[in-house]
Amino acid sequence: MSAKKVTVRMKVNGKDYVREVEPRYLMADFLRHELQLTGTHIGCEHGVCGACTVLINGKTGRSCLQFAAALDGAEITTVEGIAGDGPLHPVQEAFHDAHALQCGYCTPGFLMTTIEFLKTNPEPDRDEIQQALTNNMCRCTGYVNIIDAVEDAAKRLREGAREA
Amino acid sequence: MKPAAFDYHRPDSIEEACALLAEHGADSRILSGGQSLVPLMNMRILSPAVLIDINRCRDLAYLREEGGVIACGALTRQGEAETSDLVAARLPLMAAAMPHVGVRANRNFGTVCGSLAHADPLAELPSVASALDATFVIASSRGRREVGADEFFVSALTNCLEPDEMLAEVRLPAIPEGARCAFLEIANRAHGFAVAGIAACVEFGPDGRCSRARLSAMGAGDTTARLGSVEALIEGQRLDDALIRAAGAEAAAAADPAGDVHADSAYRAEVIGSLVRKVLRQMQGAVVER
Repeated sequence: MSAKKVTVRMKVNGKDYVREVEPRYLMADFLRHELQLTGTHIGCEHGVCGACTVLINGKTGRSCLQFAAALDGAEITTVEGIAGDGPLHPVQEAFHDAHALQCGYCTPGFLMTTIEFLKTNPEPDRDEIQQALTNNMCRCTGYVNIIDAVEDAAKRLREGAREA
Repeated sequence: MKPAAFDYHRPDSIEEACALLAEHGADSRILSGGQSLVPLMNMRILSPAVLIDINRCRDLAYLREEGGVIACGALTRQGEAETSDLVAARLPLMAAAMPHVGVRANRNFGTVCGSLAHADPLAELPSVASALDATFVIASSRGRREVGADEFFVSALTNCLEPDEMLAEVRLPAIPEGARCAFLEIANRAHGFAVAGIAACVEFGPDGRCSRARLSAMGAGDTTARLGSVEALIEGQRLDDALIRAAGAEAAAAADPAGDVHADSAYRAEVIGSLVRKVLRQMQGAVVER
């Protein structure tokens, strides 16, 4: 059984796309298979692991819990879009420098969650960082370095804001 | 593509949504935030033939006070309620519970009414609605009706909605000035499934005795439920240590919790007793704990 396809118009990382998709197409699959944006990773596919987190109209969302059809007209930022072709985003730099990734599978989700978190809490303590990341899973269990990285990213972003 | 195929409708108004529900009935589901529905569809526990997406029904997104009652529309996101000044001032119990509802990525999209309609006995918002004597406004193309929490929550993941009905609004009476509120829950992992939780709102008379106690438990049975025998024990009394111990013991004895992989039934009952003691202890102080 396949249902009637739906036209979806979306701006992803600043670029406009139009696609015809089945309504059951999850946003995570839409990004990976229709737009070839494979930076968004799929872990649990039911909203628990956080690997597929993207920014939807500026807010984090689990792309495995969204139907692409329902996001018609939305603006999406994926990990490919946070720095574009330029130098790394300060959060990416901090993750790189703190060795906050091992296999890297969870990293895109952590980056997106961190970017939103540091906008609302620019000077978090370690406890708050841990709370904010509680539903992003790292199966390499590299959490200590990830928390270090978020702390460092907060500092970089604050310094960047002062210089700007 | 994990979910089974479905037909997708995107109405612009609640009237259109209700007409679609009338047409498709039990084969259809309302999609709002999708944070409870889509996981069930991904796991194919649910395979609705028709989804009715109400995200274009913009006039269902509101939080407003109407004569001492806060009305929350079907499309109001949990994150909006979390940051709302109206909720902070008039529904501090809801404000206290909100950070426990999923994680921010869930609350950005999940709706207050969606969580209520999902009717999970281990979810926070049903216990808040039950503790605050919420009224559930139910819409269909046959008209509107209103029910209380007792009637709305039928059993685990089951509400009282007929197949052609949807939850249009929840109405929460503002918490009186001076009432003390507390929300506590225990989970094996932050934001994972809870073992149990307590939502409590207690009012005190000028003599310092409890004039009205409202406590609701997550995890005490197959629906979110008021702890009537605990409330009866507290009302008219001073909140001293002996009363708090007795209230905890009564809550544990009255609970009939399910056992699951996260906690067995006896442990859940013990946790419920302990949480009742903790929320009441928070209220002993002069400061409102949130």
